[in-house]
Amino acid sequence: MMKKQNIILLILVVFLAVFPLYLQKEAEFAGADDQASDMISEINPEYKPWFKNVWEPPSGEVESFLFALQASIGAGFIGYFFGYLKGTKFTR
Amino acid sequence: MKKYVMIAYFFAAGLLVPSVGYAMHIMEGFLPKEHAVVWLIILLPVLFIGYKQIREIVTCHPEQKMLLGLAAAFIFVLSALKIPSLTGSCSHATGVGLSAVLFGPAVSSVLSGIVLVFQALLLAHGGITTWGANTFSMGVAGSFVAWGLFKMTTTMGLSKKVGIFLAATVGDLTTYMVTAGQLALAFPDPVSGFWTSFVKFIGVFAITQIPLAVCEGLLSVVVYNTLVDNKERGFSTLWRQDQGEHE
Repeated sequence: MMKKQNIILLILVVFLAVFPLYLQKEAEFAGADDQASDMISEINPEYKPWFKNVWEPPSGEVESFLFALQASIGAGFIGYFFGYLKGTKFTR
Repeated sequence: MKKYVMIAYFFAAGLLVPSVGYAMHIMEGFLPKEHAVVWLIILLPVLFIGYKQIREIVTCHPEQKMLLGLAAAFIFVLSALKIPSLTGSCSHATGVGLSAVLFGPAVSSVLSGIVLVFQALLLAHGGITTWGANTFSMGVAGSFVAWGLFKMTTTMGLSKKVGIFLAATVGDLTTYMVTAGQLALAFPDPVSGFWTSFVKFIGVFAITQIPLAVCEGLLSVVVYNTLVDNKERGFSTLWRQDQGEHE
């Protein structure tokens, strides 16, 4: 019962993430934070950021590697957690 | 008792920051120094309370450690995934609603703070100087709204499932509204002031966020379902709030 509902919910999530790609075929899909910095220079052209990131990933690839690493650490634990739950079911 | 202290604190925070208590992550160096400091000061008491609560969980309820890990892992995953949105740009969810509902807003503020340090140092996403403001919007504002909404909807008699969906979705949106507010406070429109800027930043952040917030709500329900499905297997003390009411 729950399982069925979860599958439906997960399909909905995938749909919500993929549908924009069809709807906005021309769009660049840039990050919303880059747009915000454009907006700031529009409102206050004088403003200069007074601090730079301590370290920046040298390339888009390294950045996506680190983002993927973050997600996989999280996903790894979630898998461990639910695996543990399922495991206790059989030992009782 | 603790609850009243929390509520009083948020009222005080509301008075200190007259315009909005509402913020995607603000980029490094993009908040004037005074603003960065003020957000950090507002944030610190919550982090302190959250730290104490986490210590209590770890020492007094070691059986909840796994669940705390799950809440943190959920924030890790969701805040790492930049998902395309209807507006043709990308943003990411926060994952904070789930931990706010499970452990309360203070604990979930600490968890968000940890994720934001990781992203600021290693990913150049957000920043150290804007960490206070970002942790406030994602941790404090987002989770406080999520937690409050969950309490409200379940008290009203709605099912926990609906409650957690609304809490996670609205909590996610709140984070981005607050980001917009924080930026508008720092960069009011030279002609027409705060609100014009606020609407502009909302246009960048909040609209993009709507479908992602719904995704977050749905995923939170998936985790909830799985937890409830296994409730009899060692997670009977699943909802910390319920447990508090019985004490």
